[in-house]
Amino acid sequence: METAVVENPATSKDTRWKLLTATMRRHGNRPHALIESLHTAQEAFGYIDDVAMKYVAESLRVPLSKVYGVATFYHYFTLKPQGKHTCVVCTGTACYIKGAGQLLQAMEEKYGVSAGETTEDGELSVLTARCFGCCGLAPAAVIDGAVAGKLTVAETLERLDKVIGK
Amino acid sequence: MTPDELKTTAEKQREAVGKYPHRVHVCMAAGCISSGSDKVKDALTDELKKAGKDKCCLVKGVGCMGLCSAGPLVEVADSVAGNSVMYKNVTAEDVPALVASLEGKPVPHLLLPKDIPFFTAQHKIVLENFGLIDPDTIADYIMMGGYEALNKALTDMGPAEVLHEVTASGLRGRGGAGYPTGLKWSTVAKAGGGQKYVICNADEGDPGAFMDRSVLESDPHRVLEGMAIAGFAVGANAGYIYVRAEYPLAVKRLKNAIRQAERSGLLGQNIFGTPFNFKIDIRLGAGAFVCGEETALIASIEGLRGQPRPRPPYPAVSGLWGCPTLINNVETLANIPPIIRKGGKWFASIGTEKSKGTKVFALAGQVNNTGLIEVPMGIKLRDIIFDIGGGIPEGRKFKAVQTGGPSGGCIPEQHLDMPVDYESLASVGSIMGSGGMIVMDESSDMVDVAKYFMEFCMTESCGKCVPCRAGTAQMHDLLARIMEGDATMRDLALLEKLCDLVKNTSLCGLGMTAPNPVLSTLQYFREEYTSRLLDGGGNGRHPKTAAAAEVR
Ligand SMILES: Cc1cc2nc3c(=O)[nH]c(=O)nc-3n(C[C@H](O)[C@H](O)[C@H](O)COP(=O)(O)O)c2cc1C
Ligand code: FES
Repeated sequence: METAVVENPATSKDTRWKLLTATMRRHGNRPHALIESLHTAQEAFGYIDDVAMKYVAESLRVPLSKVYGVATFYHYFTLKPQGKHTCVVCTGTACYIKGAGQLLQAMEEKYGVSAGETTEDGELSVLTARCFGCCGLAPAAVIDGAVAGKLTVAETLERLDKVIGK
Repeated sequence: MTPDELKTTAEKQREAVGKYPHRVHVCMAAGCISSGSDKVKDALTDELKKAGKDKCCLVKGVGCMGLCSAGPLVEVADSVAGNSVMYKNVTAEDVPALVASLEGKPVPHLLLPKDIPFFTAQHKIVLENFGLIDPDTIADYIMMGGYEALNKALTDMGPAEVLHEVTASGLRGRGGAGYPTGLKWSTVAKAGGGQKYVICNADEGDPGAFMDRSVLESDPHRVLEGMAIAGFAVGANAGYIYVRAEYPLAVKRLKNAIRQAERSGLLGQNIFGTPFNFKIDIRLGAGAFVCGEETALIASIEGLRGQPRPRPPYPAVSGLWGCPTLINNVETLANIPPIIRKGGKWFASIGTEKSKGTKVFALAGQVNNTGLIEVPMGIKLRDIIFDIGGGIPEGRKFKAVQTGGPSGGCIPEQHLDMPVDYESLASVGSIMGSGGMIVMDESSDMVDVAKYFMEFCMTESCGKCVPCRAGTAQMHDLLARIMEGDATMRDLALLEKLCDLVKNTSLCGLGMTAPNPVLSTLQYFREEYTSRLLDGGGNGRHPKTAAAAEVR
């Protein structure tokens, strides 16, 4: 997950940097490729750190302040590394009506992390999102990339325990 | 692809599918996949092979079948007898029984009757191919008449005639505001200048709505075809689809659909051998509700922070990179191919006087049948909730239905017999919105609901204009205090004043509509607010008066 110490992303052999370089090139290194580039960076590294932001800023010839502004404006981008496993709880209307709050509360009680936090051992990050479009199956959560619907508190905790191997 | 090749592709695919005496359709939309439909599909393929029936039975992954709450859904069709049965809650363990039933009787305990109102009371135009075609196979779409409308527009009609049909159809924007689509198209067509763009708004920001996601996942080519026709009519040669990054499956299917359409020459240069060129690119959203607003969306495509700007100029005149830009919602564009195929008059014959056609709703919340439905405009809310939706679970009482998400309102029992159309919904303090419909029962606390939406608007406010940035925070604060039983009549009066102020002075639709959930709950459930006030003649429901009463 760490971006490792990078000599120079542009010449790095790390494929993750190469992916980012390729995305920017595909858009002719034009400033409007900023959001697409940040998406690629986040997908490759799991989050967007200073090195990545600087690299994008230089390549697209956009002020670093603007890159930072865009990266912090959009909720989807995260500047912090995530835990080994993630649980994204939907807090959209349907899930809220069907008890998403209880799921979050139970997780907080059991693992001691509230939304947006990662457990101290770096195993689990609890996040929230507004609607995955599975409202028919509310309440829903995405655990390590897979959508789980019609969740109860017990079931959620059981699944999480399995994932983090407790 | 030439028009003739389009016909032969359709015929060939019809033959390829028709040669199987049996067909099994497994729902592969995000909802059913999360219930395990992908495993069911794999198990079916294996089991059929084992039973030596893979030559007589086709297994196909199809788009959303609608009743997500009963997923995974499977439909088994008998081409010889010409009938089909539907199964619900299917698991991989049920597969052997299903395969064994192919020549015999259906499996009784999984049967989902097809004559229930959930299926019979719907009218499908946008969803017509749902559950029938494989969204990853362009030939399947072509088999159902796909790209015929584009062919007709390009080779038989010409831009003026297309504009005429769209105008005649009376179609109004399905993104929320209901602006007449024909009028919008004509404005962009008339705008001077060389480069123009078509943008498909697939940001679907309403938390609790999934119509657009389902269309993109289940029938992506329909949207591409609608965009190409739009491009032809207004004189644009490039289009963008702005999709939420939260919809990875929709993005994947769209990408695949674009690639297939390009390879078949249905997008790209000289489409159907005419001088018309059109290309489509995808842009990912990044989790900002305000980016559903058209000017913010355009800023986001340009790589900027998604902040709206004052209109006019409207995007139709000056949009993406300053060029005239047509921006339409997914469902709006999905209505275009059938309108061109069957004519504007046909479309205008469905619905009410001012709201034509059908509307797709995402039915969710405290209702038995949750899922995706398409109904004719003018249907009663009661019919949607109690017939199609099957009523409220566990015999609880209906309280309100929320439409329009954070920009809409809560509609109580007394208005359930009202027809669903743009004007009627607005007259009772809500809006049509993009199609989110959340049913609430007696267990829902309406002040809490209002607070929930206000919190949403507060976090999603882009911060550019003061009324929205500061006003939503103030209103949220007041609502929180009312919830805690720490507010007075004066606070309530202040809340109402703020509603009025934010509504009338905000820069964009987000702020202008943010007070709606408060206003509508105040209108119909005022007592839930006043009973919590310190001096509101409260019946002791809120913590402080209850405690005070005890001391006395
Ligand atoms: C805060 C806000 C959010 C919006 N979100 C969406 C959205 O998610 N999807 C959408 O199609 N339109 C949304 N709109 C409406 C668009 O600005 C625009 O009117 C619409 O895309 C036009 O397409 P139509 O005419 O086909 O409805 C939103 C508007 C506002 C003010
Ligand atoms: S509200 Fe949770 S998935 Fe839509």
